[in-house]
Amino acid sequence: MEFLGGLILFLVGFATLAGIASVSTLGLNICWGVTGLFNIGIAGFYAIGAYTSAILTAEPSVPSNPHLGGFELPIPVGWAAAMVLSAAVAWVVGKVCLRLRADYLAIATIGIAEIIRITFRNWSAIAGGSYGIHRIPKPFESWPQPWAEIFFLLLVVAVVAVIYWVIERGINSPWGRVMRAIRENELAAAAAGKDVERMRLQAFVYGSALMGLAGALSAHYLKQFLPEDTEPLTATFLIWVMLIAGGSGNNKGAILGAFVVWGLWTMSEFMTDLLSAEWATRAAYLRVFMIGLLLQVVLQFFSRGIIPEKPPVIGRGEKAEKVEAG
Amino acid sequence: MIEFFNDYIVAALVLGSIYSLGAIGISMIYAILRFAHFAHGDLLTLGAYMSLGLVQKGFIVFMPLPFLVGTLGLAGEEALAPLRMGWHPALTIPVAMVFTALIAIGIDSLFYRPFRKSQAIIMVIASFGIALMLRSAFQLIWGIDDHYYWPIQPPLESLEPFSISAKHLYIGGAVIVLISATHYLLAYTRTGKAMRAMSDDPDLARITGIPTERIVVWTWIVGAALGAAAGVLLGMDTRVRFDMGWNLLLPMFAAAILGGLGRPYGAIAGGMVIGGLEELSTIVIPGDYKSAVAFAVMVLVLIFRPQGIFKGRML
Repeated sequence: MEFLGGLILFLVGFATLAGIASVSTLGLNICWGVTGLFNIGIAGFYAIGAYTSAILTAEPSVPSNPHLGGFELPIPVGWAAAMVLSAAVAWVVGKVCLRLRADYLAIATIGIAEIIRITFRNWSAIAGGSYGIHRIPKPFESWPQPWAEIFFLLLVVAVVAVIYWVIERGINSPWGRVMRAIRENELAAAAAGKDVERMRLQAFVYGSALMGLAGALSAHYLKQFLPEDTEPLTATFLIWVMLIAGGSGNNKGAILGAFVVWGLWTMSEFMTDLLSAEWATRAAYLRVFMIGLLLQVVLQFFSRGIIPEKPPVIGRGEKAEKVEAG
Repeated sequence: MIEFFNDYIVAALVLGSIYSLGAIGISMIYAILRFAHFAHGDLLTLGAYMSLGLVQKGFIVFMPLPFLVGTLGLAGEEALAPLRMGWHPALTIPVAMVFTALIAIGIDSLFYRPFRKSQAIIMVIASFGIALMLRSAFQLIWGIDDHYYWPIQPPLESLEPFSISAKHLYIGGAVIVLISATHYLLAYTRTGKAMRAMSDDPDLARITGIPTERIVVWTWIVGAALGAAAGVLLGMDTRVRFDMGWNLLLPMFAAAILGGLGRPYGAIAGGMVIGGLEELSTIVIPGDYKSAVAFAVMVLVLIFRPQGIFKGRML
């Protein structure tokens, strides 16, 4: 019985983290999957969201580790602020960088993410420096276990479900078709009278807001947030692998990819834990190497992912015809 | 005045030349292969670790055969002694360049070539993954500790009042040799001219009969070799560490963009400008934010003159 309880808690924890990751992958899906914006600054928006929500909702900081905070606002306010602030930063970044070609956008976003990370790590008056922010409230934490964990998971599931529903509506609407048109052929979309720059900015801002929300969710789940939590490896790179493996352009694929890749990542941790202490540290690097290799294999042989993007349907009812995906 | 020179100019010249050497590769790869090579910083690190083996353990690191001979007792330990002798870091540069270039060619043919004809943007994702794989391989093989080629070097007394140590002279000499060799290659050899032609206009180069795949290989050789040299020089100046190259990626991109992509001489100028600005910025802002300077310059260039100083490509 004890084993079963532990297993359930583990599975709930796993699903919660994978669910939080899928908020990021859904955000990336709007940017890259649907609109073709090469955003590799996920870690930066993730950090903004996490720190914003943490600062607004955390208890006053202890004197040994002073940081801005002690506002103790309700958690939903923190989450909303996380999204708004990430979106605001994304708007500024997008205004400057979105007219650039994809490669430049990649360089610009990774640069901004690094600067955001450096700033949070060094600016201890705001974000606690390397000590981070602690004593962040967690929803349902006063409830008995395992219900607290289970309800937090349900909350994450609800958040993912709402986001999924909204994006799914969005990309099947004229708005979504314009986004895909921009991805496939920017000039043609512009020639059809679409305001390409504005649409791209929208996609970038919405996607980044979701990345900020993912950061906020994880800060409240972990109850503390340290600069290490914004490592580009987990916050940026894994999200990319998840989206590409799951099926870029498909929301179901984005969510499934988050669970599959997070599953592989967690399982590989189990395997390295079985090794002796000296090899366990080394094997941790091997895990990263394998994830890199997984990306290469997916890119070369399964580039459309587990659930490929659905081609849009033209016309209605009898006359509906499927467009071959290019 | 002399204090200013000692405190800032020496460091700016060293950092600037390291950026320049790295940026040449980024610039040429961008123009010829049409993608931003995110693993370039890790090629620098690779070069630095290649040298580290030679500096610490001597030629034996590349020699499984004599090592086997020694362990099997076919030859005496003393016969292997010369192979175990550690090298001077400056002498390891050519070896590091050769091996890094070979590995870069291997990476290209395994992981980048499949996407050459289709989508260049996929190569950016692939190179991002390669950067991560290389870094984890470094951590796996060499650990996460700092390594040093030599102990801290005091300034040379003969050069008083200038505070210049022997490492600065070696770095300066190596940079002059490398830049001259690059200039010779690009300006006077057929391969170099073909590379420049291809970076100007790949399609035009192809129809004039330039063997594009061979030029691509040469681009990797030049880019990776110069990057490896930059890595060794950085190791000579500071230390060898698994993330030393990755941390340089952004300033090197900034240098390449500032100089104009596809313009090797522009990349050199851009590297010197970025290195200089970063070092001088420490007068007014804390050193922790040094890398933000390179980034700020890059954003300004992208907004106001995206083709760079020397009218590079806008792909």
